[in-house]
Amino acid sequence: MASSVPILAIRDLRAHFHTRRGIIKAVDGISFEIQKGETLAIVGESGSGKTVSQLSYLGLLPMPPLRIAGGQAFFHDTDLIKAGKDKLRAVRGDSISMIFQEPMTSLNPYLKIGTQLIEPLCLHRKLSKKEAWKVASESLEKVGIADAARTMHSYPHEFSGGMRQRVMIAMAITTKPEVLIADEPTTALDVTIQAQILELLGELKKETGMSIILITHDLGIVASVADKVLVMYGGKMMEEATAHELFSASSHPYTTALLKSTPRVDIPQEVLPVIGGSPPDLSKLSPGCPFYDRCALRLDACKETAPKPCSLSPSHRSFCHLETVQ
Amino acid sequence: MGLRYLFGRVSIMLPVFIGVITVIFFMIRFAPGGPFDKEKIVPPEIMESLNAQYHLDQPLWKQYLIYLADLSRFDLGPSFKHANRTVNELIAEAFPVSLELGLWSLGWALLIGVLAGAMAALKPNSWLDYLPMSFSVLGICLPTFVIGPLLVLIFGLWMGVLPVAGWDSWQDRVLPSLTLGFAYAAFISRLMRGGLMEIRTQDFIRTARAKGLSEVQILFKHSLRGGILPVVSFLGPALAGLLTGALVTETIFNIPGLGRFFIESALNRDYTVVMGTSLLYFSILFVCNFVVDVLYVFLDPRVRYE
Ligand SMILES: Nc1ncnc2c1ncn2[C@@H]1O[C@H](COP(=O)(O)OP(=O)(O)OP(=O)(O)O)[C@@H](O)[C@H]1O
Ligand SMILES: [Mg+2]
Repeated sequence: MASSVPILAIRDLRAHFHTRRGIIKAVDGISFEIQKGETLAIVGESGSGKTVSQLSYLGLLPMPPLRIAGGQAFFHDTDLIKAGKDKLRAVRGDSISMIFQEPMTSLNPYLKIGTQLIEPLCLHRKLSKKEAWKVASESLEKVGIADAARTMHSYPHEFSGGMRQRVMIAMAITTKPEVLIADEPTTALDVTIQAQILELLGELKKETGMSIILITHDLGIVASVADKVLVMYGGKMMEEATAHELFSASSHPYTTALLKSTPRVDIPQEVLPVIGGSPPDLSKLSPGCPFYDRCALRLDACKETAPKPCSLSPSHRSFCHLETVQ
Repeated sequence: MGLRYLFGRVSIMLPVFIGVITVIFFMIRFAPGGPFDKEKIVPPEIMESLNAQYHLDQPLWKQYLIYLADLSRFDLGPSFKHANRTVNELIAEAFPVSLELGLWSLGWALLIGVLAGAMAALKPNSWLDYLPMSFSVLGICLPTFVIGPLLVLIFGLWMGVLPVAGWDSWQDRVLPSLTLGFAYAAFISRLMRGGLMEIRTQDFIRTARAKGLSEVQILFKHSLRGGILPVVSFLGPALAGLLTGALVTETIFNIPGLGRFFIESALNRDYTVVMGTSLLYFSILFVCNFVVDVLYVFLDPRVRYE
């Protein structure tokens, strides 16, 4: 799988917020690659920098306070970080689309759904309004909205969160993007709707061959849809692996703790263990591993020196001193 | 929502209106002094016939009923001070002038205010923002009796391009309406900027950026509709304020509007003119706010369905 050239390759991305209270290193040295048709899951607790890791290289965060302190984000041959605003805008919504964490507020309440749906098509495909309206309606049907024609003429507040997320997905796929970034697309939704949305994403992927970056903190979702996984904590990489490797042979203590705190169908559990302590203050990180304070297996070295990546297989790397010690 | 809400608004109007009439009626009657106090010593017979002519010899409650009865026929009564003129005539003469001045001023205020506010919000904390916003501080702080003479000095006397007083040609309209509208333009620019800045932080603006739209496209298509709502809700009070608060401007530029009548009549205890003008002002306030509610329903789809 790793043989071909990646569509998107992020290398050592550092995205820091410069605020009055100090520098918040929301993303600090993240790397990942994604091939055509692959699904990459990014997991981690709330505040670990998952959203920022994506929005930053797409230029979707206000600068200031954000500053890209380093790294590259190659989309094919273009480094999106060095690319100008216009180049970036040409990519956004055309070849890289996004679905956001907040379905209730991500659509403009003042505009008809149709008006919002046709925008990417008119902008990037240069379709006339009429043609775009037709394509957009089809895209609504594709995401399972039965009454597409009427929906196009409705306003967002007439729909539930699940329906709005479907509309968001329809909007993201109208231009047939190469990469779809789905930032916790189901977190705000009911459990039953969650399954439907994930199933829908799976079908769309099969149909269009697009790559998906799926942000989630639900490892159950990862197991069912992801090809490979990146585990983040405190803005840093903890572990990366194929989904199979992660579930069968996770290495990092943080990943292990995450796995333990996830409900499993195969092993009945009365009480789920939770990870003790709380995520670190990203403006006061020591040079060592961010998980140090909460890690059950910590060593002295972990506090002061950042762990080097340790390759466990060509596709499996863990950022932990334990691996280097053994 | 929609029609029923608006209908409710209208039906509450009548009782409120009668309440207002009652309060104003008794307030001016109980204020010290009367309409004929300042006349030279008048023979008692003439005084009596004057009082009889204006029903001042009747008990107060009867005067009140007479006034209400007249009012129900849209008759605001005779002026106490302007011999042989009715209040209806006086208002019919002066109000169109004030209305025209007010509308010109509102036009300026909207044009300048919306453009300046949108410009400021397009690039916050740049000179594009600082420049219009410093002007707006000036506009809010400087009273009309400073702005008016200042404009007269610059455009009327130094540059000599616009007339300094009068109300005949269209050129006469420019300086007074700018003077009157400037503070409103300043305030509207703040509202506009504030509204747009608020919208900028919304999730759906990030969605619009993620689609690849440019900042200008986002401003016009996605932000303006919601960002202008604070300005829209201010339109009612603004127009009402412009129509009823033009006194100083009308005086500076010697314009025969209603504001001057109002003050003059209050000082002279010209009861019927005070009443008539106040009721007109109140109706203006009501109508302006009502129109804004209708506009709001039109602009924000969420209000329409609630
Ligand atoms: N605009 C901002 N200004 C300052 N700090 C920010 C800003 N946006 C995010 N952060 C900080 O960056 C860190 C990472 O945030 P991010 O939203 O990427 O987390 P996340 O992993 O997506 O969490 P969640 O699961 O809750 O969505 C957080 O500590 C947050 O406080
Ligand atoms: Mg997030």
